[in-house]
Amino acid sequence: MIESFIQYDFLQNAAITGILIGLVAPLLGVFIVVRRLSLIADALSHITLTGIAASLLLEKRVTGINELNPIYMGMVFSVGGAILIEKLRKLYKHYEELAIPIILSGGIGVGVILISLADGFNTDLFSYLFGSVTAVSRSSMWTVLGITLAVLTIVILFYKELFVLSFDEEHASITGVNGRGIHLLFIIMVALVIASSMQVVGILLVSALMTLPVAAALRIASSFKQTIGLSIAFGEFSVIFGLISSYQLSVPPGGTIVVIAILVLIMSIIYKRVRNQLYIKGETV
Amino acid sequence: MNFNKIVEMDDISFKYDRETVVENIDLSIERGQFLGLVGPNGSGKSTLIKLMLGIVKPDKGTVKIFGKPIKQFNQWEEIGFVSQKANSFNSGFPATVLEVVKTGLVSRIGAFKFFNRKHKEKALEALRTVEMEEYANTNIGELSGGQQQRVFIARALVSDPSLLILDEPTVGVDAKHVTAFYDLLGKLNQDKGISLLMVTHDIGTITEHATHVVCMNKTIHFHGASEEYKEFDDEDLNRLYGHSVQQLTHNHDHEEIRP
Repeated sequence: MIESFIQYDFLQNAAITGILIGLVAPLLGVFIVVRRLSLIADALSHITLTGIAASLLLEKRVTGINELNPIYMGMVFSVGGAILIEKLRKLYKHYEELAIPIILSGGIGVGVILISLADGFNTDLFSYLFGSVTAVSRSSMWTVLGITLAVLTIVILFYKELFVLSFDEEHASITGVNGRGIHLLFIIMVALVIASSMQVVGILLVSALMTLPVAAALRIASSFKQTIGLSIAFGEFSVIFGLISSYQLSVPPGGTIVVIAILVLIMSIIYKRVRNQLYIKGETV
Repeated sequence: MNFNKIVEMDDISFKYDRETVVENIDLSIERGQFLGLVGPNGSGKSTLIKLMLGIVKPDKGTVKIFGKPIKQFNQWEEIGFVSQKANSFNSGFPATVLEVVKTGLVSRIGAFKFFNRKHKEKALEALRTVEMEEYANTNIGELSGGQQQRVFIARALVSDPSLLILDEPTVGVDAKHVTAFYDLLGKLNQDKGISLLMVTHDIGTITEHATHVVCMNKTIHFHGASEEYKEFDDEDLNRLYGHSVQQLTHNHDHEEIRP
């Protein structure tokens, strides 16, 4: 395992990219979950697929465009989708969640047409849907590193504003926080992280990496900082062991990462149960 | 800030979905006042507060805080707000009492700066004022309604505001704790010199504690010292703001029977 890691560049790319997204996906995931926006991650991952399909089509049909890394087009579509969701949410003030199925199905619909036109129903597509240990290029890895650093900086700089906005939106407006600005910044970060994660976890499973570790952390943590710490720890654990088992078993890493994240979630639920039982026993003795 | 008038509302009207909620209201809050804002359900009390805080914009009229038009006002640390919603926040939110109280300092700290030890001390001090210091590291969702309300008051107090606005803070708090709650407000008003504006249904209790009372139903029907208000009899009230007041004064009697 270690030998092949040193020997093969692609394994290093996948491992480093995996560790980076194992950090930022659950970090943003905490804010997504507590703000009840979990489904937005799903909508954005589906529109990322449209971007990838568009990229594949361009590569195929337009001469002069070769070796276009689909991650960039994925990001463009994901960010565009994020802004569109915000517009739709404003348009349907009383049905804010409508924006999600509109973008989600729109993304898949257009995506399927573009993929078909590009004759793209092949193994490449499979790896975008479910992730791959071999598909991450060095340039993607650098892009993801750049995004990770940007997201970390922004979250640290705007931590208190993000926290106020998540806990109590109304109160945020009277503490002078520019809620709309911060929210837009946040949703763009989510879009970029989703596009970054897609090569390792796959489009269909990206949102799992943003929500499952947080779901597990919520069972155990009492403070917000603790929730963030535990979510990242669970995310990294799932990614690292998911990638190793994916390589050993020759199955897509998206699957193994999600299965491990679910096991962690089950363990945390059991842990909480046992802890509560012991606490009740301690009280009655 | 040495401005005697903290809030000035001038000829404010507001419609929601074509229905007039607030009409031609002139209201000012002066330093040191404890103002009780009373009125029947749907009389526009909460809307008036939202107009005052700039959460909604009036169709007509101007709001000034410390002499500044609300649009230009940015020293939000001077105004503490405890909303009605504080009772129904997401109680599964993973935050400790201390983390929640510290959010009251966001305006004072300003952008691109971080929470530090001093802010933590400040938050603990606010918790001490509301007698909740021992719960600093408890998850906010594990507290009772009355305790949560105290935490939200601590959040509003932590930035040393000149004015504290409370929107029906005693809803969902049991009678025994309501007395302690008013004692706390009295302490804040008299000892710390914080001006208070409290929206409430409970006419009986508020006139016992507040220095001034405003009675509204879309428009203001009474604005004056609590003593003057007490001289009003039921008939006056009926004339002033319609039949709904029957129920209110009935509640009032009921309150007094309570041990």
